[in-house]
Amino acid sequence: MEWMAWTLPTALFFAAIAVMLMGMTVLELRRPCAERRGFLPIVTTRGDRLFIGLLVSAYLHLVVIGLTDWNLWVASLLSLAWLLVVLRWG
Amino acid sequence: MNLRKTVPLLIYILFLLVPIYWLLNMSFKSNTEILGGLTLWPQQFTLDNYRVIFTDPSWYSGYINSLYYVCLNTVISLSVALPAAYAFSRYRFLGDKHLFFWLLTNRMAPPAVFLLPFFQLYSSIGLFDTHIAVALAHCLFNVPLAVWILEGFMSGVPKEIDETAYIDGYSFPRFFVKIFVPLIASGIGVTAFFCFMFSWVELLLARTLTSVNAKPIAAVMTRTVSASGIDWGVLAAAGVLTIIPGMLVIWFVRNHVAKGFALGRV
Amino acid sequence: MNKVKNNKAWWLVLPVFLLVAFSAVIPMMTVVNYSVQDIFDQSSRYFVGADWYRQVLQDPRLHDSLLRQFIYSACVLLIEIPLGIAIALTMPAKGRWSSLCLIVMAIPLLIPWNVVGTIWQIFGRADIGLLGASLNQLGINYNYASNTMDAWVTVLVMDVWHWTSLVALLCYSGLRAIPDVYYQAARIDRASAWAVFRHIQLPKMKSVLLIAVMLRFMDSFMIYTEPFVLTGGGPGNATTFLSQTLTQMAVGQFDLGPAAAFSLIYFLIILLVSWLFYTAMTHTDKQ
Repeated sequence: MEWMAWTLPTALFFAAIAVMLMGMTVLELRRPCAERRGFLPIVTTRGDRLFIGLLVSAYLHLVVIGLTDWNLWVASLLSLAWLLVVLRWG
Repeated sequence: MNLRKTVPLLIYILFLLVPIYWLLNMSFKSNTEILGGLTLWPQQFTLDNYRVIFTDPSWYSGYINSLYYVCLNTVISLSVALPAAYAFSRYRFLGDKHLFFWLLTNRMAPPAVFLLPFFQLYSSIGLFDTHIAVALAHCLFNVPLAVWILEGFMSGVPKEIDETAYIDGYSFPRFFVKIFVPLIASGIGVTAFFCFMFSWVELLLARTLTSVNAKPIAAVMTRTVSASGIDWGVLAAAGVLTIIPGMLVIWFVRNHVAKGFALGRV
Repeated sequence: MNKVKNNKAWWLVLPVFLLVAFSAVIPMMTVVNYSVQDIFDQSSRYFVGADWYRQVLQDPRLHDSLLRQFIYSACVLLIEIPLGIAIALTMPAKGRWSSLCLIVMAIPLLIPWNVVGTIWQIFGRADIGLLGASLNQLGINYNYASNTMDAWVTVLVMDVWHWTSLVALLCYSGLRAIPDVYYQAARIDRASAWAVFRHIQLPKMKSVLLIAVMLRFMDSFMIYTEPFVLTGGGPGNATTFLSQTLTQMAVGQFDLGPAAAFSLIYFLIILLVSWLFYTAMTHTDKQ
């Protein structure tokens, strides 16, 4: 494992992703979700919305890093807000 | 067939074949003739370039290494992809669409992205410079491809066949091997062809993960560049020899390939 | 087909899942780890946060190669897709000729990528190559090793030579799936060849075309071996595309951090594009 060069932040990041995936699995088993259409132009399931949310968040981080001098936490907070919006109304 | 269609097609086929002819032409010439001037066919026909390759172990072992890991990869890919493709074509299950998409992204991912960690990963588990390492690395794009193609073929088999077999008292493994696999034999042939092809043509990962013992032919070919310039004749002969396995494989599956393309899953 | 819901199917998928996870997830995690640290060796490494990302995103070398990459992929698609369709339309429908065509056209697809580069290297050189020598005979000063424009044209022609057959074969199979009834109806209506193409053949080829566009975009976007062998990325950096820049960084200079950050950005682009194509594909399937 030494060669993988783990650090605390990345470990937390992957743990968060893993927890999210497990949470989605449990939720899906308990309360299967139906496909629906929100403000996104396509019909999506809960999993699709999570994926779209995460992908857009990643791009948002890159934009903030590449184009602005803002602190990275700004991007993270914006992403979190976007993730909630997309999961609820997307 | 009318003329307006045939002529453009012939021009295109000519365009495909002329560079290959030039390579073949070059491989039968001596280096003095190659560098001496342009000749449309070998003036002094020689097989010396091929003799170099077949007598020098560092050359022909490159071919053996390549064929070895390509076959290994085809076998691994097919054996894991068969049951998975069956699951995708017959059942809905938790996260199936996302899993399928995730598999496909691996087919699309540039090998260069995985280059560095692969190198570290295989070094740390002691697989560096072995055939199995290259075979496993090529699974990254071949397994998703195999699942994709096989799923298309399996969806074409009516589900009633499965149900009848289960009613007749077949267990799943027996049904799968005895009835289902023979039904999609042509699909398996096409899949094997594509696995073979993509593993055979890949260079970047194969070159990075090997140094001596499992060095692929593609990497050996860079040896022709020496202090005295490039040995064009041997390079061309080696190139011609790498085309042959592909031609053999396509000859064997020629009747099935059209069917594979018909599914649009290549 | 109506599929049964059965979560036990996971057991059948498990081997694939484990195998691909081993060769995709572990390396991906490692890339993420490398991208946030400055690594000298196993024991001395320092957390640097998003510095590498900032450096990579503002590196002009990468902007250039990204721009070149997009121009290249666009050129490839613009040439190969129409050409492939045109070739597919001229191919004979059945008989011995059609299978001979199929085999001949599949040959370039089966040549190892470095040999493709070698073939064009030998074919294009001004001193020993048929193409280079005849162009120079015609009075065109052609040298792909020193002239930027020539290098670009050669790399593009090589890609057309290598991959147009794939587009053509895919379209050909799409065309064969059109029932004869459609053509008969068109003949009764005295439809022109263009109308037949526009209203019958093109719509029927839509799904295969989408796959062809996706495969050609992805594969041209990660092109490495052929231009590397042919031009070595030169003259200058004129034909250095993304994969080659990345490989130089990772293996040539061993800049682990920036190379890892670059890999992730590269991967994100691929992920977005393949998701768009996949969504478009599954949606056309439903219609």
